[in-house]
Amino acid sequence: MTCILETRSLNKEFGAVIAAKDLNVQINKGEVVGVIGSNGAGKTTFINMVTGYLKPTRGEILFNGKSIMGHSPRAITRAGMARSFQVAQLFPEMTVLDNLIVALAAAESARPSFLSPLRSDARIARAEEILKEFGVDNYRDSLVTAVPQGARKLVDIAMALIGNPQMLLLDEPTSGVSVDEKTDLMDTVMNAVRQHGVTVLFVEHDMDVVERYVSRVLAFYSGEIIADGEPAAVLADQQVRDLVTGHRPTTKQGNGAS
Amino acid sequence: MRLDKTEISLGLIALACVLFGFVSPGWLIFLLTIALAKALVVQGVVMQMRSGLVSFGQGLFYCIGGYTVGMGGQFFGIHDAIAALSLGMFVAIVVAMLLGLLLTRYREIFFAMLSLAFSMILFGILVKSQELGSTDGFNVHDWTLFGWAPEAGAGSQHTVFTMTVVSGLIVAVLIHRYTKAGIGVICEAVRENEVRVEYLGLSPRWLLYGNYVAAAAVSALGGGLTALATGHVDPEMAYWTTSGEFVFIALLGGLGHVAAPFIAAIVFSFVRTYAIEFVPHTWQMILGFTLLAVIIFLPKGLWSLVSREKTGERA
Repeated sequence: MTCILETRSLNKEFGAVIAAKDLNVQINKGEVVGVIGSNGAGKTTFINMVTGYLKPTRGEILFNGKSIMGHSPRAITRAGMARSFQVAQLFPEMTVLDNLIVALAAAESARPSFLSPLRSDARIARAEEILKEFGVDNYRDSLVTAVPQGARKLVDIAMALIGNPQMLLLDEPTSGVSVDEKTDLMDTVMNAVRQHGVTVLFVEHDMDVVERYVSRVLAFYSGEIIADGEPAAVLADQQVRDLVTGHRPTTKQGNGAS
Repeated sequence: MRLDKTEISLGLIALACVLFGFVSPGWLIFLLTIALAKALVVQGVVMQMRSGLVSFGQGLFYCIGGYTVGMGGQFFGIHDAIAALSLGMFVAIVVAMLLGLLLTRYREIFFAMLSLAFSMILFGILVKSQELGSTDGFNVHDWTLFGWAPEAGAGSQHTVFTMTVVSGLIVAVLIHRYTKAGIGVICEAVRENEVRVEYLGLSPRWLLYGNYVAAAAVSALGGGLTALATGHVDPEMAYWTTSGEFVFIALLGGLGHVAAPFIAAIVFSFVRTYAIEFVPHTWQMILGFTLLAVIIFLPKGLWSLVSREKTGERA
């Protein structure tokens, strides 16, 4: 399989605190990788470094074989790596439809027009299709602030996918979402991801979600990767159970893993 | 070019203003000319406010526009009003392109204070320039319009009023389109969530830069028209209280519509004129209370009175 993302000896230090220590990761095209770990384990730091939000102290990051060290988040996004956020990052004073229209315009060109209307018929029609695909079309004209957390997460992920990225990084896609909504949300996201043929890496605390959807798990602890492999093997690992999950994994609940 | 409802309304209002100019007394024409010219500067402030930046130094471009018109006639033989105004906008664009490289790195109070600092630097330079009249400034040379020289006095006043209305209409239509266009909407998106804009693959800094330069051009046009109307320029145009006045008018009108700065500038000019007339020693206090009342009762500016009315009609 072809490697899409590789990190070599990636380190991040905040003064005396080591947030990431010698992270060597290879993600192959088409994989769905789950990242687990307790709070402060370095999961979000890893995503933030890879997407250009944080500058690593040392190491190398390669995307499609090319170094993206020191690249800006927008350059990394344009290169084909998109992300969503733990807290959905949307435009709160705009409607859900307008959020998607802005994302569509951004995907079309890095230089927005000075005089052509942003809300063109073509963009509105495409945005409506996306809203339907993600099952949030009933919030079309609602301000983001009036939309439930689960729908906000979906809009956030939809905006990340609009630019047809090769890789998508999801930071806790189900955080703040009710237990009942988690599976529906993840089913919707994974269906969309499969249609786009995107490689996915997502941070998740819910082990049921991890087991259901991923083909590989990276377990973080104290800035290091302590286990990397198939979900069943990683979740059964004694060190992972002691330091991360704190319990034995349940049996697989579905066939969502691709 | 298809015009929408707002643009047609703006055109009709502009036409009414021009016709009103033929039957109005000179003092009212002058007051409206200055108010509309200042409204153009305020449009520049509002453009930046929409992107989350408050410029306390828009007087810089107002002054550049005014001084370029004055200096063009005085030193370079540029007497055509359109050429002088265009030159003023060009100089403002060049200056904004340079300053914008630094200013658009900053946000919030840092942007506000830096913009103010550059405006005060120009003020300081002008005060020290004996050739440009120091604190007294200098008079603007008689100007022409496509070779036609308007009569001094009322003729000139009426011509510059018409030019200001027409310029205001053109700028209003362009800004109306700009706010609905990619850059206008995405600048608002930058105000709401800069991180998301960055992760959509866009550069918030370059968007703000483009917006800053466009705002400078509009403000310089206002400065140039003021110079033509008053026939005089002085360093006060770049002083911090002048920039503060533009922010005051922007807050008074609100960000809700392209017409808001025009309405606010006219209201401001009338309140100030009558306050000075009737309570000459406390007119600043009257303006202060006016702003206080607007902030408390109409936090989205005078335009919210119109938008509330519209909402009521729909309901």
